[in-house]
Amino acid sequence: MTDLLAARSQMAMSLGFHIVFAVMGIAMPVLMAAAEWRWLKTKDEAYLVLAKRWSKGTAILFAVGAVSGTVLSFELGLLWPSFMERAGPVIGPLFGLEGFAFFTEAIFLGIYLYGWSRISPRAHFLAGLVVAVSGTASAIFVVTVNAWMNAPTGFDIVDGQITNVRPLLPLLHPFAFHETLHMLLAAYAATGFLVAGIHAFFLLRRPASLFHRNALAIALVVGGIPAVLQPVSGDLIARAVAKHQPAKLAAMEALFVTEPGADFMIFGLPDVSTQTVDYALVIPKGLSLLLHGDPRAVVPGLDKIPRQDWPPIAVTHVAFQLMVGCGLIMAGTAVWAGVRWRQGRLEKDRWLLRTLVVIAPLGFIAIQAGWVVTEVGRQPWIIQGLMRTSKAVTPMPGLWIPMVTFSVLYVVLGGVVFWAMRRHIAAVDFTSSAEGETGRNAA
Amino acid sequence: MPSYELIVAAVLIGALTLYLLLGGADFGAGIWTLFARGRQGQSQRALIDQAIGPIWEANHVWLIIAVVILFTAFPPAFAVISVRLHIPLTVMLIGIVLRGTAFAIRTHDISSRSDGFTGAPPIWHWIFAWSSLITPTMLGMVLGAIASGRAAGPAETIREIFVDPWLAPFPIAVGLLTTSLVAYLASVYLILESQEPSLRRLFRHRAMISGALVIFLAAVALYLTGEGAPEIHQGLFATALGRATVVGTTLVHLAALWAVITERNVMARMFAGGGAVAILWGWALSQYPYLVEPSVTIYDAAPSGTLHVLLASLLLGSVVLFPFLFYLYILFKGDVLTESARFKH
Ligand code: HDD
Ligand code: HEM
Ligand code: HEM
Repeated sequence: MTDLLAARSQMAMSLGFHIVFAVMGIAMPVLMAAAEWRWLKTKDEAYLVLAKRWSKGTAILFAVGAVSGTVLSFELGLLWPSFMERAGPVIGPLFGLEGFAFFTEAIFLGIYLYGWSRISPRAHFLAGLVVAVSGTASAIFVVTVNAWMNAPTGFDIVDGQITNVRPLLPLLHPFAFHETLHMLLAAYAATGFLVAGIHAFFLLRRPASLFHRNALAIALVVGGIPAVLQPVSGDLIARAVAKHQPAKLAAMEALFVTEPGADFMIFGLPDVSTQTVDYALVIPKGLSLLLHGDPRAVVPGLDKIPRQDWPPIAVTHVAFQLMVGCGLIMAGTAVWAGVRWRQGRLEKDRWLLRTLVVIAPLGFIAIQAGWVVTEVGRQPWIIQGLMRTSKAVTPMPGLWIPMVTFSVLYVVLGGVVFWAMRRHIAAVDFTSSAEGETGRNAA
Repeated sequence: MPSYELIVAAVLIGALTLYLLLGGADFGAGIWTLFARGRQGQSQRALIDQAIGPIWEANHVWLIIAVVILFTAFPPAFAVISVRLHIPLTVMLIGIVLRGTAFAIRTHDISSRSDGFTGAPPIWHWIFAWSSLITPTMLGMVLGAIASGRAAGPAETIREIFVDPWLAPFPIAVGLLTTSLVAYLASVYLILESQEPSLRRLFRHRAMISGALVIFLAAVALYLTGEGAPEIHQGLFATALGRATVVGTTLVHLAALWAVITERNVMARMFAGGGAVAILWGWALSQYPYLVEPSVTIYDAAPSGTLHVLLASLLLGSVVLFPFLFYLYILFKGDVLTESARFKH
C-alpha cells in the first residue's frame, strides 16, 4: 500500500466514522425537542419519557461525535500538511466559526443532558433548540469547506502563491448553498428513518404501545419531509457539479463521449478500458433534460478531460447510483407514510412498518455513498484545479501503521457503540412493554 | 499597538491556558479514578462523574479552538509540528477518543446511576483512567518538543525526522510534569466539589502529594533545559524577567501547597490554577517570538486578511460564548462555590 493510499483511506475512514455521529448530532436534538414540545403542549407524560429516553442514548453518540471530530481536526495536518499550509488561511476562519458552533453546542448539551431538574421545562426545551441550531450551524460551516475544495473561491493566485484572501467569500458561493442544503436534508432524513425503523420494529411486535406510536410519528415527520425534498436538492447540486466539475459529473454518469442529447443511465457498471457501460437502464436524452431542461443540450463527456485528470469512474458512478437509489426509495416511502397518516392508519399498515424496518439504514448508506461521490469524484485533485492530492500528503513514511491502528480503533468503537445502543433500545422496549401491559390491563 | 500576529499568538496561549485549567483538570479527574478502588471507590467515582459530567465536552473545545487558531493563523508552524510530532500526536488522539467514549459509556450506560454505580463492564473504568493518564503526557511531550528546538533538528533519517524530536529527556520531563500538573489541579478542585469529609480529606492528601510532585518535576524540567532546550534556558535564566518568572512561579506553587495544607480551599484553587498558568506563560514568554524553536516565529503567519477575519470571529464568538459558559458554570458549579463559603472545611 502506498503512503498516499494509506493517508486517503485513513481520512476517508475517519470521516466516514465521524459523519455517522455528526449526522445524528444534528438531527437527534430536533427529535428530542419535538417530543419535549409535545409534552409542554399536551402535558402527556409519555412524550416526556420519550424525550428522556432519546436524550440518554444520544449522550453517547454526542461524545463519540465530539472526539472523532477532534481526530479529524488534527488529521488535516497529520495527513495533509501541505494542503493546510496553503488552504489554511482561506478555510481556517470557517473552521473558526465552526469552533464556536461546537462550543455553543457542547455548553447547551451539558445543560440539556444534566439540567432536567435544575432549570424550568421551558428553559430546558430552549436549551435543546440551541443544541439543534448549533449542530446545524457546524454542519454548514464544515460542508462549506468541502464545497470550497470543489469550487475554490475567495483568493487570487499571484506567482503560484495564494494571496488577497477573502475568507468569508466561500460561504456565499452557490456550490456551498447547494451542498450544505443537501447535507442537512440528508442528516434529517437518515436519522429520522433510522429512528422510525427502530420504533416500527417494536410496533410490529406491540401494536398497542403508545410510546412507540408517538416516537414513530415524530421520526417520520422529521425524516419524511426532507426525504421528499432530497431528490430536488440532489438535482440542484448535480447542476452545480455540471458547472464547476465537469469531470466529476461525467464520472457520476459514466459519460465517456460528449454528445448532444445525452442519455441518463440507471445502474450499470462502467468499463474504462472499453469505455462502455454494461447492464445499464437507459433513459434516452434524460441527462440533458435533467441538467439543462433541454433534451438536445450538449453535456461534456470524459473525452473532453485529459486522461490523467480522470477520477476513478466505476467507483464514482456506482456510488452515485447507490445514493440516488436509496434516495428514491426513501422519498417513495415517505409519500406512502404521508398518505397513510392522512387516512389516520399510519401504524395499522403492517407492510409500511415492515418496509420502514428494512430501509432504516438506507439514509446512512446514501450518506456514505454521497461522500464517496463528492470525494472520489474530485480526484486527482484535493482542491479542484489547484492542488493535486499527491502533492498534499505528508512525507511521513509507514502511514499504513496509523491507518491500521485507527481502523482497529474505529471498528472496536463502532461495535461498542452498537452494543451500548442495543442496551438502551432493549431497555426502552422493556419500559414500553410494561406500559403496554398496564394499557391492556386497564382496558 | 501590538501587531496582529502578536495578538493572535496571545489568544492562542489564552485558549491553551483555559484548556489546561478546565480540560486539563477533567483529565486529572480521570487519572484519580485509577485509584478509585475498594470500599470508597464508588463514592469517588460518583464525585468525579458529577464534577466533570456536564462540562467536559465544553472544556474540551478549547483544544479545538487552539488547533484551529494554529492552522489558520500559523500554517507553517502547524505543518512542522504535525509532520515531525506525528507519532505523539497520534497517540494523544487515540487517548482523546478512548477517554471521551469510555466516559460517555460508563456514565450514560442504561444501568448507570448518579451514586457512582455503573453496570457498564469494568473495562470502561480502566480505559477511562489510563487514557486520561496518557493523553496529557503526550500533549506535554509535544509542547516540550516544540520548546526544545529538536523539531527543527537534522532531517536525514526516518529516526531523525519522526522520533528524535520528542524522544528525549526534556520532552519526557515536560510530559510527566503536565500529567502531574493536571492531576494536582483536579485534586485541588475536587476538595471543594465533595460534601463528604472523608472524600475531602482524601483529595487533600492527594493534592499535597501531587503538588509536591509538580514542584519536583518542574525543577527537573528546568534543570534539563540547559541541555534539552537551550533557548528556553536562555529565556528563563539570562534575563531579569525570566529569573523573576521562575521565582514568582515557585512562590505561587508554595502558596498553593500552604493553602491546601491549611484547608483554605478556595484560595488553594486560585493559587493552584495560578501556578499552572505561571508555568505555561513562563514557557510562552521565554519562547517568544518563536512558535517552534528555533525556526518558525509568530511572524511566519497567514496573510493579514485572514488574521483580521480570524480575530473578528474570535472576538464575536467570545462575546456570545462567555455569557453562555458563565451560565453553564453557574448552573452546575454555582452551589459548589457558595457551599464552600458556608462551611469552611
Ligand atoms: C472537509 C473535508 C472533507 C469532508 C467533509 C469529507 N472528506 Fe473525504 N476527503 C477529504 C476531505 C473531506 C480530503 C482530505 O480532501 C481527501 C483526502 C484526499 C482527497 O482527495 O480528499 C478525502 C478523501 C476521501 C476518499 C478517498 C478518495 C480517493 O482516494 O479517491 C474517500 C473515499 C472519502 N474521502 C470519503 C469520504 C466520506 C465517506 C466522507 C463523509 C462521510 C467524506 N469523505 C467527507
Ligand atoms: C474535515 C472534516 C471535519 C472536521 C475537521 C470536523 C471536526 C469536528 C470536531 C473537532 C468536532 C468536535 C466538536 C466538539 O468537541 O463538540 C466535530 C463535531 C461535529 N461535527 Fe464535524 N468535522 C468534520 C466533518 C463534519 C461533517 C461533514 C459534518 C456534517 C454533517 C460535521 C458535523 C459535525 C457536528 C454536527 C458535530 C457536533 C458533535 C456531534 O454532534 O457529535 N462534521 N467535528
Ligand atoms: C435522489 C436523489 C439524490 C440525488 C439526485 C443526489 C445528488 C447528489 C449529487 C449530485 C452529489 C454530489 C455533489 C458534490 O459533488 O458535492 C451528492 C452528494 C451527497 N449526497 Fe446526494 N443525492 C440524492 C439523494 C441523497 C440522499 C437520500 C442522501 C442521504 C440521506 C444523500 C446524501 C448525500 C451526501 C452526504 C453527499 C455528499 C455531501 C455533499 O456533497 O453535500 N443524497 N448528491
